[in-house]
Amino acid sequence: MSSIGAGYDLSASQFSPDGRVFQVEYAQKAVENSSTAIGLKGKDGVVIAVEKLVLSKLYDPGANKRIFHIDNHIGMGISGLISDGRQLSETAKTEASEYRSKYGGDIPLHLLNEKVSMYVHAYTLYSMVRPFGASLLLASHDQKDGPSLYVVDPSGVSHGYFGCAIGKAKQNAKTEIEKLKLSTLSMEQLAKEAARIIYVVHDELKDKHFELELAWVGEKTNGKFELVPQSFLEECENYAKTSLQDSDSDNDL
Amino acid sequence: MFSDYSAPPMWQNGPALGKYYDFPNVSTNKISHNSTNGKQRYHTPLTTGTSVIGLVFNGGVILAADTAGYYGSMMRFNDCPRIFQVNKYTILGAGNDYADIQYLNDIIKQKILDDDLHNDGIALKPKSLHSWLTRVLYNRRSQFDPLWINAFVAGMQNGEPFLGTVDKLGTAYEDKILSFGFGTHISVPYLRQEREKNPNMTKEEAIACIKTCMDMLYVRDARSGAKYNIGVISNEGSEVQGPFESVGHWNIATHGTPGQE
Amino acid sequence: MWNKEYDVKAYHGGVEAPDWLTAKHSCGTTIMALEFDGGVVIGADSRSSTGAYVANRVADKLTRVTDNIYCCRSGSAADTQAISDFVSYNLDLQSMELGEEPLVYSGAKLFQELVYSYRDSLTAGIICAGWDRKKGGQVYCVPLGGMLMRQKIAMGGSGSTYLYGYIDKNFKENMNKQEAMEFVTRAICHAMARDGSSGGVVRLGVITGDNPIERHVIYGKDLPYLTSDVK
Repeated sequence: MSSIGAGYDLSASQFSPDGRVFQVEYAQKAVENSSTAIGLKGKDGVVIAVEKLVLSKLYDPGANKRIFHIDNHIGMGISGLISDGRQLSETAKTEASEYRSKYGGDIPLHLLNEKVSMYVHAYTLYSMVRPFGASLLLASHDQKDGPSLYVVDPSGVSHGYFGCAIGKAKQNAKTEIEKLKLSTLSMEQLAKEAARIIYVVHDELKDKHFELELAWVGEKTNGKFELVPQSFLEECENYAKTSLQDSDSDNDL
Repeated sequence: MFSDYSAPPMWQNGPALGKYYDFPNVSTNKISHNSTNGKQRYHTPLTTGTSVIGLVFNGGVILAADTAGYYGSMMRFNDCPRIFQVNKYTILGAGNDYADIQYLNDIIKQKILDDDLHNDGIALKPKSLHSWLTRVLYNRRSQFDPLWINAFVAGMQNGEPFLGTVDKLGTAYEDKILSFGFGTHISVPYLRQEREKNPNMTKEEAIACIKTCMDMLYVRDARSGAKYNIGVISNEGSEVQGPFESVGHWNIATHGTPGQE
Repeated sequence: MWNKEYDVKAYHGGVEAPDWLTAKHSCGTTIMALEFDGGVVIGADSRSSTGAYVANRVADKLTRVTDNIYCCRSGSAADTQAISDFVSYNLDLQSMELGEEPLVYSGAKLFQELVYSYRDSLTAGIICAGWDRKKGGQVYCVPLGGMLMRQKIAMGGSGSTYLYGYIDKNFKENMNKQEAMEFVTRAICHAMARDGSSGGVVRLGVITGDNPIERHVIYGKDLPYLTSDVK
């Protein structure tokens, strides 16, 4: 009881004397322990990239995906507990489908973001539930309004971003993202840079094996959220690996 | 808006017209009005689509329907497509009440989207869609509120062509030649004859047959329209072609008319 | 009929009451909407009758749903008023969520959902028209059975049956505003001349999105065709 929480960390419905909700902070810790995911918004689209750590060689390739399709035009990348992320993806899918059945159109991403954030936030208010141990990247593209990208964190807070990173290497990834001139980049360039950043921030020593998941939505895909085609994914990975080698040899000099 | 395939009653728990609200245990409405527990339903097709015809050929299936929307005997709409591509395995065709067709199509489109979102390459197959339709349509007829639809499912499953139909009561069957409406009277005899002559029809021969049928229907069905779509499905995939246009042949009008032959 | 339990015949001393006492208040109507270059023009006559009696000769059948979405109502006056109130309320809610004006299609879809779901109880034929920043001017038709269809020009009500030939012959796409207004006015006039359930004045609305709706009333000598002109 004398540890950091000092008894105020047992329930999401209780503040600590200095005004913190420890359960929510622990949920955020769960995200910080998880694989890195980044989202980049360029001039005509958004790319989501996830460093999916493969914890056992016995897993099927492609198992435990961390990128979800929410609707034709919306995609989601997650970092944190994968089952929590999956539940949130189902919630988002239901919201998108209900919007369509009522108003007959695609839900605007800012509205979906608001609904998902409120749902996540509701799980930080009650003693009988546990907050979600996952952060979400939400990406979409609209012909008139252009690309949009949001992040929802376990507290239910969400923001729109040009580029963002969640997960264990988010600091390094953000530093890398800040070096880019995002609003000038095409979807192809974004995908390559996203792959490169995931390779750069991957911790070779602690996490041996990982799969790169890469998906995009934008003008090139006619506003549909799609996984990057296998051939182009390989091109992005090659680009990432060569630029990694180049910078390594720079360091050697 | 309503999840269980039919809407809740519109006006519940309210007082009858001209009456006050009944407070618990105090009846202000002394004279009870003539009430049976039954409910009269007037549901009848309003905007309608006419014939649908389906034909199996060697290695695939065709569906065809025109795009006219009739309001009684008036062609009120001329752009009501009734052949829909469901996915790469399946095509849906439907006739009769167009509002019901739109309603059913919206539900199916959302089902297909839900499938796609799993991103596992698994999609609804024609026999599954056909079976699902029997349940939905039979369920609605059992609530005495049928969807006024004749639905046709065409597709490829395990490399074999599939053609099935379900009517508004949930009656379902499969055949090599199927039809709804005037198509049953006008197209089916012709299609049977052609299939008997040529049991292994090619796609091109089948399309020619279907186009002949649509031309005949245009001329003989007083609820038909000139524009029509054809859905073709084979192992190469599915597509909806058209709209094509029937003109009909009218030179017979001059036959036996002196000076005009 | 709803008033079966209220014994009209007894009230009138056993004499059969005239039908206009018992008939439903309805818009035997001519309504119309069309898409033109830059927006939509909506139009309607102004006769509202109970049976053969004109209950209101200056009715307004062009009803606001949101600032940029209007509907033309035909069928039961009570039903269509209730429905447009419902849709208006829901679109207001939606615009608060969205932070902007809702799409015309959303409004049309709400109308369709209601008319379809309660097709056994409602008598409502509605044209939903308006302007939004995504697709510009749009006209959607929601007839009695509850189907939904976008049309370049839509008509409804009893008077419209007299007009299909005229419209098929004379309607052109991409008219300018003036042409569109004159076209709708003339068409409604012809229906009012022939249809006993349509009459009064012609009401017009022009929705372009940049300005608030522009309303016009045309009557008397300004009408291009009158009942007296019928040959």
